[in-house]
Amino acid sequence: MKSTPIVELRNITKRFPGGVLANDRVSLDLRQGEILGLLGENGAGKTTLMNILYGLYRPDEGEIRLRGAPVHFHSPHDAIAHGLGMVHQHFMLVPKFTVAENLMLGQPSPRAPLLADRRAVAQRILDLSAQYGLQVDPHAPVWQLSVGQEQRVEILKTLYRGAEILILDEPTAVLTPQEVDELLTILRNLATDGRSIIFISHKLREVMEVCDRIAVMRDGRLVDVVLTAQTTTQALSRMMVGREVMLRVDKAPATPGEVLLRIQNLHAKDDRGLPALRGVNLTVRAGEIVGVAGVEGNGQRELEETLRGLRPVSAGRIELCGRDVTGRAPRDIIDAGLGHVPSDRYRTGLLRDFSVAENLALVTVDRPPFTRRGLLDMAVMRSRARQLVQAFDVRTPSVDVRVAALSGGNAQKVVLAREIAHGPRVLLVAQPTRGVDVGAIEYVHRELVRRRDEGMAILLISTELDEILTLSDRIVVLYQGRIVGECPAEGVSVEALGLMMGGTPSHAL
Amino acid sequence: MSDSVPSSPVTVRSEPATAGDFSPDWRTARLRQVIPLLAALAGVVVGLLAGAILIFLSGADPAAAYLAMFQGAFGSQRALTETLLKTAPLLLMGLGLTVAFRAQVWNIGGEGQYLMGALVGAGIGLSLQAIAPPALVIPLMLMGGLVGGALWAAVAAFLKLRFQINEIISTLMLNYIAEYWLLYLVRVPLKDPDSFLPQSIQLVRSVRLPTLGDTRIHIGFLIALGLAPLVYLLLWKTPLGFRIRAIGASQTVARYAGMNVSRGIVFALLFSGALAGLTGIMEVSALHTRLKAGILGGYGFSGILVALLGRLHPAGVLMASLFFAALTIGAQTMHSLYGLPMALAQVIQGLVVLFVLAADALTRRWIGTR
Amino acid sequence: MADWSSLLTLAFLTTLLISGIRLAIPIFLAALGEIITERGGVLNLGLEGIMLVGALAGFMTAYAVEQSATPWLVGLAPWLGLAAGLLAGALMGLIMAVFAVSLQTDQVVTGIMLVILGQGITTYVYRQQFGSLTARVTTMPSMPIPGFAELPLVGPIFFNLDPVTYGSLFLLLASLFFLYQTTWGLNIRAVGEHPGAAETSGVNVAVVRYAAVLLGAALTGLGGAVLTVAQLGIFNEGITAGRGWIAVALVIFARWRPERAFAGAFLFGIATALQFRIQALNLGAIPYELLLMLPYVLTLLVLLRGDSRSTAPAALGKAYVKE
Repeated sequence: MKSTPIVELRNITKRFPGGVLANDRVSLDLRQGEILGLLGENGAGKTTLMNILYGLYRPDEGEIRLRGAPVHFHSPHDAIAHGLGMVHQHFMLVPKFTVAENLMLGQPSPRAPLLADRRAVAQRILDLSAQYGLQVDPHAPVWQLSVGQEQRVEILKTLYRGAEILILDEPTAVLTPQEVDELLTILRNLATDGRSIIFISHKLREVMEVCDRIAVMRDGRLVDVVLTAQTTTQALSRMMVGREVMLRVDKAPATPGEVLLRIQNLHAKDDRGLPALRGVNLTVRAGEIVGVAGVEGNGQRELEETLRGLRPVSAGRIELCGRDVTGRAPRDIIDAGLGHVPSDRYRTGLLRDFSVAENLALVTVDRPPFTRRGLLDMAVMRSRARQLVQAFDVRTPSVDVRVAALSGGNAQKVVLAREIAHGPRVLLVAQPTRGVDVGAIEYVHRELVRRRDEGMAILLISTELDEILTLSDRIVVLYQGRIVGECPAEGVSVEALGLMMGGTPSHAL
Repeated sequence: MSDSVPSSPVTVRSEPATAGDFSPDWRTARLRQVIPLLAALAGVVVGLLAGAILIFLSGADPAAAYLAMFQGAFGSQRALTETLLKTAPLLLMGLGLTVAFRAQVWNIGGEGQYLMGALVGAGIGLSLQAIAPPALVIPLMLMGGLVGGALWAAVAAFLKLRFQINEIISTLMLNYIAEYWLLYLVRVPLKDPDSFLPQSIQLVRSVRLPTLGDTRIHIGFLIALGLAPLVYLLLWKTPLGFRIRAIGASQTVARYAGMNVSRGIVFALLFSGALAGLTGIMEVSALHTRLKAGILGGYGFSGILVALLGRLHPAGVLMASLFFAALTIGAQTMHSLYGLPMALAQVIQGLVVLFVLAADALTRRWIGTR
Repeated sequence: MADWSSLLTLAFLTTLLISGIRLAIPIFLAALGEIITERGGVLNLGLEGIMLVGALAGFMTAYAVEQSATPWLVGLAPWLGLAAGLLAGALMGLIMAVFAVSLQTDQVVTGIMLVILGQGITTYVYRQQFGSLTARVTTMPSMPIPGFAELPLVGPIFFNLDPVTYGSLFLLLASLFFLYQTTWGLNIRAVGEHPGAAETSGVNVAVVRYAAVLLGAALTGLGGAVLTVAQLGIFNEGITAGRGWIAVALVIFARWRPERAFAGAFLFGIATALQFRIQALNLGAIPYELLLMLPYVLTLLVLLRGDSRSTAPAALGKAYVKE
C-alpha cells in the first residue's frame, strides 16, 4: 500500500527576487498513507517547497505530479480542489470569525451556494470532530481559542475540504510536550485512515517518532531521503547541518554577583486587555544567564515589552541596577542600563530601509559621538559601524547597505552588536536565534556566554528548550503569566521542564 | 562583483567583501539612487501626454497649447517673474509637507493652516502698521504667520495624541472651520467700513514684503529658497531629522529604540503647519494686501503634490514647485489663447503625480525591494 | 428678533426631519460604499473626488437626456443620471484598485491623489462644457405611498419621500444581508481581516479586493449623483463641500457597521437642516458662518469617542504581499 507515490516533485527550482535560491532542483515523492518528515534548519527551503506544492508560489522550473498526472496549481484554490490541505506554521485563521465561518471560507455552502449557511457547516464540524477526536465548538470565535485548539481547527479545515494530502509546517513549535504527543497520535490515525502527510520540522526527536521516511534539506537542496528505521538522530543532524555541530557551548560555571534586575509581583495586560502577566517574580544577577522557558503565548511578549517600558505595568515593580524603573519610558530604561535584543527583530529592532550604520546607531543617535554640536556626524557613525561589523562578524559588503539585504543571522548580529555596544549592564534577549542559520546561532550563543563572563546580567526568553538548556545557568518556567518553577540548569530533566511548561508546578513533581 | 557599475562616492569600498555573493544588492544599491529620478521623469512625460489627450478631446491642438503654456511661463521677463512668484508658496508648502510626510504624518490641512497664518500675521500687521516701524512690523507679521499655522496644526496634533483621531480627517475638517472663520471675520469684525465687499482694510505699502530691486520678486521667495537647504540639513544632518525619518519608517522600531514618537509627530505636524502659515501671510502681504474671501490659492493640495513629486527631498521639491508654477502660470496664457479651462493645470498636476506613483510601484517590483 | 418657540412647532419638526433624511442620503451612500471597501481591507480616502466625479457624470447625463427632448426618455433622465454616477464612481474605483491592489502603492497617498484628480477633472470638464452658464436639471419628485402618506406626522416623514431615499433604505438592508449572510460578504470581511487566511483557504484576495473597491466606489459615485440629480438640480465646482471626507469620518464613527453609518448620516442631516432653518429665521443673530461650520465641528466631536483600532478591519490599509 505504502509504495504508490501520490505526489511527485520533479526538479523544483525557485529563485526569489534578489537572487536567493530557495529551492535548487528538489525531487521528492510522497507515498499513499505515509508520514513523510521534511527536516532541515531554518532557511533550508522546506516551507518554500511546500508553498509551491500548495500553489502559493509557482516554481521557476520543475514539475509537480499528482497521482501520476502533471498538475499546475495557480493558487491554493487549485491545490485544495485536488485534495491538498496545509496547516501553516502561523495559523491562517481569521480571529474575529467563528470556527464555522473560518471553515466556510472559499468553500461553497452545503445547501445554497451564496448563503453563509452556518448551521449546516457546524453540523459537518461536529461529525468530523467526533470521527477524529478533534473537539472544538463550531460557534466559538477563533480569538477565544487556545493555541492547541486553533491547531485543531486548522486540521479540521483541511479535513472539511476533503484533503487526502496534508502538509503540516512546524506544527509542534507552539505546543507543550504533552500536546505534541496528542498531535502525533492524531497524525498516526489520519495516516492509518489512508491520508498522506508531510510533516515539516527541525526537531529530530519528533520526526524520528512519527515519520515513516525522512527527507532532509539543506541550503535549498535535498540532501537525502531515508527510512526512519534505518537512521539515527546523529546521522540526521549531520545531514541537516553538513557537519558535526556542538550545540553544547563550552562555558565555565557562573559566578553570580550583585542583583542587577529585580522583578517583583509584576502584572500586565495583553493587547486585548486580558491579564497576561499575573505576578512575575524574578531576579537576575551580574554574571549569570537566566533562561525563561515556556510555550509561546504564556506571557513572553508581554514580559519583554513591559521590561522595555513599552507596555504599561498594572501592578508590581521593576528594579534595574538598583533603580526603580517601573512605568518609565524606554529612553529612561535604556539609560538605566538595559540592552534589548527583541524577539521580532524586523518588526521592532531594525529599520529595513536604513543602512547598517544607521541601524547600529539607532539607540544612541542623538548623543556623542554620533551627534556633536547638534549635528549628526556621519563619518563617526560609519567608522563606529565598521568596528562593530568587524567585532561581531556581520557579513555585509559595506556599512551603507540597507539592512533588508542582510541574511537573518547577520541582521540579528547587527541588533546584538548595537545593544551590547551602548554599554548596558543587563541584557534582555528574546528568541535570539529564531530564523537564524546554524553558524550564526553558534556565534550568538558564544557571544552571550562571553558577555556573561564579563559580568553582564542576561535574561534569556526563548521557546526553544534546547537553547534554554544550552545557555542558562538558572531556568525559570513561565506558564500563563506566572513563574511556575525554577531550577538550576545543571542536571535538570527535560521531562520535568516539559511538565512545568504544561502548567504542573515544580513542587507537585 | 561587477566592475561595470561605477563606484559611488557614498559607498565605502575599503570594506572587505566576506562570504556570500552580494552582486545583486550592489547593483540595486546604485539603481536605487537613479531609479526614483527616472520614475519621476517618466511620470512627468506620461502625465503631459495624458494632458495632451485631454486637450485634443477638448478640440484644441495639444502642441500649440503646450507651446503657449511654455511661453506663458518662461517666454518673457514678466512671465518668468510670475512663475517665480508662484513657485515661492508652492515651495514653502512642499518643504513643510516633506518633513511631515517623512514622518508618515499625513497633514492635508495646509489650507486651514495657511489661512490661520494669514489671519494672525495680517492681524498683527493691521493693528501695528500705524504705530510701529515697518522694520519691526514685517518680522512680527512673518512670525505671526508661523505661529498661526503651527497653532492650527497643534489642534490636530492634540486630537491625534489625546483621542487618536486620524490627522487626515482632523486637518481636513479644520480646513473648513478655518475658512468659515475667515469669512465671518472679514464680513463682520474686521470688515473695512468703507467697502461694500467683505474684506479687511488694506495693509499699507510700507509693511508689505520688500521686493528685490525694481522687480516684483519679494523676499518671501528668498526665504523659501533659503529654507530648502535648511530642511535638507534638518532631515539628514540632525538627530531630530533622523528621528523623524525613523518614525516614518516604523513607529514601532522607533519606540523600541527609545525615541519619543509623540514628540516627533507633534514636531512634524507643527513644522508643516508653521510653513503653511508663513505661506499664508506671505501671499496676503505680497499679493492680496488684505484679508478677504479669495486669499486661498489651493496651496494645501498642490503642496501635497509638490512634496510627493519632489520625492520628499528638498531639491526635488524645488524642481517640482517650479514645474507646477510654470504649469499654473502657463495655463493662464493657454486659457486666453485657446479658451481651455485653467483647471487643466490642476488635472495635469494630478495625473503626473499619479503616474509617478505607478512608475515607482513598477520599478520597486522590478528591483525586488521586498 | 425672532422667537425661539417657533422652533418647537410640529410643522417645524416635521420639515426638519424630512430635510434631515434628504441631506443624509448622499453622505450615507458614500459611507456605505466606504464601509464595504474598508471591510475588504482597502482604505479609499478618495471619496470626495469620487463623489464629485459621480455628481458631474450624473448631472451631465441627466442634462443631455433632458436637452435631447426625446419624449419617452426625458422622464428617465434622473434615473439615467444616477446610473451614470454609479458607473463613473466604479471607474474611479478601478483606478484606486489598480493602484492599491495591483501596484500596491501607499493607499493614503493614492486616495488623496484621487481627490485632487477628481476636483481637477470635474472643474475642467464642467468649465469646458458649460462655461459660466448655470445649467439646471429637473430633480426627482417625492413618491407618496398611497394610504400611508396621509397619516399625521409619520406620513410625511416616512411615506412621502423621494424614490432615492427609499432606495437607500433598501440598500442599507441589502448591505447588511450581503455583508453578514452571504459567502461574498464573508469573503470580503475575511480579506480585510486576514488576507493570508483567505488566500490559503482558496479565496482570491486580489479579485475580492477589486470587487470591494469597485462596489464601494460605485455607491460613492451614486451618492454624488443623488446630490446633483435628485436633490439640487445643479452642479458647481466642489459642490460636495467635504461630504466625502465627512463620510470617511462617519465610517470610523460607525465602527464599520452600515446601520450605525445610517444613524450617523441622519445626525449630520438633522444638524445641517437645523442650521438652514436657524439661518432662515435669523435667530439671535448667530453669524451664519458659524452655523456652516457645524457639520465639520460635529465630525470632530463624534470622533472624540476614542480609539477605534480594535474594531477596525485588521488588515485595513495594508497591501497584501504573498510571503
